Parts: sequence; structure tokens; C-alpha cells
Amino acid sequence: MPAFDLVQPTSAADAQHLLQQHGEDAWIMAGGLDSFDWLKDRIKRPKVLVDLSGIAELKGIRTTDGGIEIGALTTLTEIVKHPVIREHYGLLAEAAELIASPQIRNQGTIGGNVSQDARCWYYRSGWPCYRAGGNICYADTPTGRNREHAILHAERCVAVNPSDSAPALIALDAKFVIQTSKGERIVDAEDYFIGPDLDITRLHILKPGDLLTAIRIPSTWAGARFYFEKVRDRNVWDFPLMNVASAMRVSGDTILGIRLAVNGAAARPLRLKAVEEAVRGKAATPATGEMAGRLAVQGAVPLQFNAYKIPLMRNLVKRAIGGVEEAKWAS
Amino acid sequence: MGILKRITEWATSPWGQNVPIHVAWFLIWVAGIAGLLFLMVHAIYVRYFARAEEFAGSDAPAPAAELPARIPRHSLAARSFHWIMAAAMFTLLLTAFLPKLGVQFNWVTYHWIAGTVLTLSIIFHVIHASFWLNFWAIWPDRDDLADAWRRVQRFMGRPAPAPRRFAKYPLENKLYHGAIIATGLSAIGTGVFMMSRVRTIFFPRNPYLFSDMTWGLMYVLHGLAGIGLIALVMVHVYFAIRPEKLDITKSMVFGTMRREFYLKHYDPQRWVVDSRTDREV
Repeated sequence: MPAFDLVQPTSAADAQHLLQQHGEDAWIMAGGLDSFDWLKDRIKRPKVLVDLSGIAELKGIRTTDGGIEIGALTTLTEIVKHPVIREHYGLLAEAAELIASPQIRNQGTIGGNVSQDARCWYYRSGWPCYRAGGNICYADTPTGRNREHAILHAERCVAVNPSDSAPALIALDAKFVIQTSKGERIVDAEDYFIGPDLDITRLHILKPGDLLTAIRIPSTWAGARFYFEKVRDRNVWDFPLMNVASAMRVSGDTILGIRLAVNGAAARPLRLKAVEEAVRGKAATPATGEMAGRLAVQGAVPLQFNAYKIPLMRNLVKRAIGGVEEAKWAS
Repeated sequence: MGILKRITEWATSPWGQNVPIHVAWFLIWVAGIAGLLFLMVHAIYVRYFARAEEFAGSDAPAPAAELPARIPRHSLAARSFHWIMAAAMFTLLLTAFLPKLGVQFNWVTYHWIAGTVLTLSIIFHVIHASFWLNFWAIWPDRDDLADAWRRVQRFMGRPAPAPRRFAKYPLENKLYHGAIIATGLSAIGTGVFMMSRVRTIFFPRNPYLFSDMTWGLMYVLHGLAGIGLIALVMVHVYFAIRPEKLDITKSMVFGTMRREFYLKHYDPQRWVVDSRTDREV
């Protein structure tokens, strides 16, 4: 592994100071699961590695007046096992439990999971693609291997966001707490993620010097009807081809309100606001789900090898609203 | 290769070839600072050191009474082209370089649309200038060079006859137009091919149209032309708002300039005004 300076701050303030001091030369490491791939493959060569693992204040789950606050360094296993999360925010527990393998969940953090980089192998191989600062997307070519890539909002780069927890957090209306050089900034979960139209080199809004410290989940959707489904090539351990998360309030069969998000379809997890609007006030039935599914994929543009993602997304949205019992498409 | 290496960024292609990928972005600041320095030096020179303009008399000055009060200079078509091109150029520069300075927005779509507008407007301009205007009026001629040499000699304090009044476009205008042609066509020529790398309504995407090296050089040329245009546009705007040039600027808005301004700066033999019509000559 190329040499770098290792710094191990013990407080968030120190970490933030170090990140600002070193700017683009610094690399943030939480659980290390994404970091070591990059470093050992010699694709990323930071001068300074800021290891956050010694910062106690960034760990743990706290109950607050308006919901819960999860430290960015909280492991995925802790989230899966936490009784309050399981009881009131089961959507996040379910999503976290489907991330990778038990060993990885023991080490991986929620902050790392939402901030991990794209899995596009052209990018991961160190090729000079758009996301790496170059001038081409190797995946979006007539012969590019793009089975796992984007069907929506592709803008030069067609890589997708690989996080499983991200859509669940969007559905739960979570807020991300970020320490910046100008102070604390709190953003909606859906605004934490950005596509290549805004910045082609990053999947989130963190700039050099910024630090994600916590994720707050309000009680607004606690105990709602949740749905999470992840589709992947290997059911024991894999990144998602696509996933869907929804939090729904119903009265009888009528949908009073819903938050719905899909990941694996674009470079950022997509909150499907048009679908939410369309199904509000309607019955949570397969027919409504079918309508929602059709609406969700409007504007989708498949690449050479990922056209399957369009019916996949349509069906996932349908099942999130209408339930899994009526998976069969009507027409 | 030394200078090229310093002003470009390089990467290793999947085939192990070292290729340029784009221009080094610090050149944005270089162009901006160079443009600003030019403006400051010129403004100080004009304010404190420049002598009043002196022109040789015209051999056959047109009787002022025969000239209209407002001298027609730019037709509506020419003015429309100019302002459409200006809007497209500003859009192109802002969409190209603001993201590099940290302002995030969906710039690619606006950029290629503005580039398309610029390309179409320039095609129109070339046809219009070739068949409806005096095509050669914007190109330097022998008289321009002779007068320029006289002005240089007088600037150096050497004895030389006064230069003649200008034709429709002074030499500085013509040289600026040449610089805009060089940078603009470089940006447009490369930009048209680069559109095959993004999703537009014109071409199917084909990033393998050229080799990585050719693409890289194309991106570098596009970037250099764009960065050059930063300084050129700064200079253009500066001269457009200088008090002594306002008559020229206004003529690009209203189409005409004052007869007094015309008679003071322009040679009626070199820029013949048809007093019977308001048509641009």
C-alpha cells in the first residue's frame, strides 16, 4: 500500500480540524471496508488518512425528543440489533440487515454505507473515466459492460449508488448532520446524495474538509407500514442491482401518506415524489401499485445490457405499494 | 512537450497509453488575471499617458451635409447575430467554468444547447457576411498595416506622418475578430465532435469515434480555446463600455452612429456611406 500519514483523532472537532487542514489530500476512513479496496489497489493515493474509529462521540444510537440520532460511526450490526430501531424504524433495520455479510456489518458503519463510492468496475479499475476526472464513460458505450448501471438521470457517467441503507433513510425522512468549515449543516437524506449533473466525481455532497457526524430520524414515520426489498445476483452477499424502500401511513386500505425511494437506478437514490403524489388517497392495492410502477419508470433509458432494470423497478415499486402477494403483472 | 505537459492533465488509458485528458484548470485563473491586468494597464495608459488621436486629412472628405445625421453601421440582421452570439458565448463560458469554480448545477445540457445556438448563428453570420455585407471589410488590408506602422513609430516618438482615419473597422477590431475566429472555431470544431460523447438530440453516443489520444488533444484544444475566450470576452466587454467607444457600442444596439463621430474617426473613402439609404455598406 502506498505510504500515507495516519492520523487518529479522538474527537469530532479534531477530525474536522484535520480534514480542513489537509483538504483534498485527506481521506476519511470509518469502517475501512471501502477505503482499503481503493488504497490497496493503488487507485486512490491520499497523503493523509484520517481514521475516525477512535472517536467515541460519533458512535451509538441515542433516543431524542423527536426520534433517534445515530452516530455516523455506528456499525450496521448495532443498527440491525437495536431494539428501538427494530420496533419503530424497522425499515432501516431490514435494509441494514441485507447489507453485505455479518462480518462486514460488524465492521461497516452507517456513515460509510451512505458515503461509499460507486461500484462501476471501469472506475474501480482506475481507468480515466469521467468520475475519475477523465473525459469518457467506458460503461456507456456500445460494448461497455453496463448490466448494473443506471437507467435514470444518467449524465455522462452511468454509475449507480450502491447503498442499501440510503433509500430506507430517505423513506424515513432522515436528516444528515454534517460538520463543515462554516459550522453544522443539516440536510434531508435525499439531498445528501448528488448525481453527475451536479458533480461527476462524487456521490454525495461532502466536500474536502466536511464530516458526516450523525443521522437523525424523526418519529414522523415511526411504526408506519414499511417495505424494503433488495434484488441482487447472490442472495448471501452482494451489492444491490436495485432496491426499494417505502414508509406508508394507511387508514383501512387507503394510503394517507407515503415516502418511497429506489436505489440502483441512478447515481443517487431516487425519491419518487411523483409516485407518492399519485398514490396518496388511493387504495394500497396491486392495481394502485401497478399504476405506480408504470409511473416510476417514465423517462427510463436503458443501456446496452440493463434493460431488465426497467421492469425490475416497475415491479419493485408495485410490490412496495400493493404488496408481494400480487406480484403478477396484469398486462 | 514541456509546455504542453504543464498546461494539460494526463492519465493512463486502459491500454497503458499516456494520454492528455483535458487542460489544466489553473489556466482559468491565468486567463482571468491576464485579462484583468490588460484592462488595468490599458485604463492607466489611456488616463495618464495617451496622447490625443491625430489623423491625416482625407483627400476627398464627403460633404457633411450629404450625410444623414445618423450613419447606418449595423443592419438588424447583423445586430441580431451579434447579440445572439454574445448570449450563447456568455452561457458557454459560465456553464463551462462556474462548475470548475465550485458552483454546482446541471451544466452539460445548457452547454451543448448554447453551443448549438452559437454554431448555427455563426453559420448564419458567415453566409450573411459573404453575400449581404462587404466580406472583406473585417479583414486587415495593406492600408491598415501601413497606418499601424505609422502609429507605432509615433508612439515610439519617431517622426512619421499621421495615420489615416479608419475604415469601417479599425485594425484592432479586425485583429480581435481574427482572434475570435481562431478561438471560436477551435471551440466549435472540437465541441461538435465532443457532443457525440454526451446525450444530445443530434447524434447517437459514440465515444470511440477517435482514439484516446485524439480525443484527449481535442479536449485540450477545446479547453484552451474556452480559456482564451475568457480573456477575449473580458477585453471585448471592457472596450464596449469605455466612454470613447460608446458610440460604437450603441451602434450595435441601435444600428447607427452619430455623424460627428463618423467624421472624426472614419475615412469616408475607406468606409463609404450611402446617404440615400440606411442600408449597411
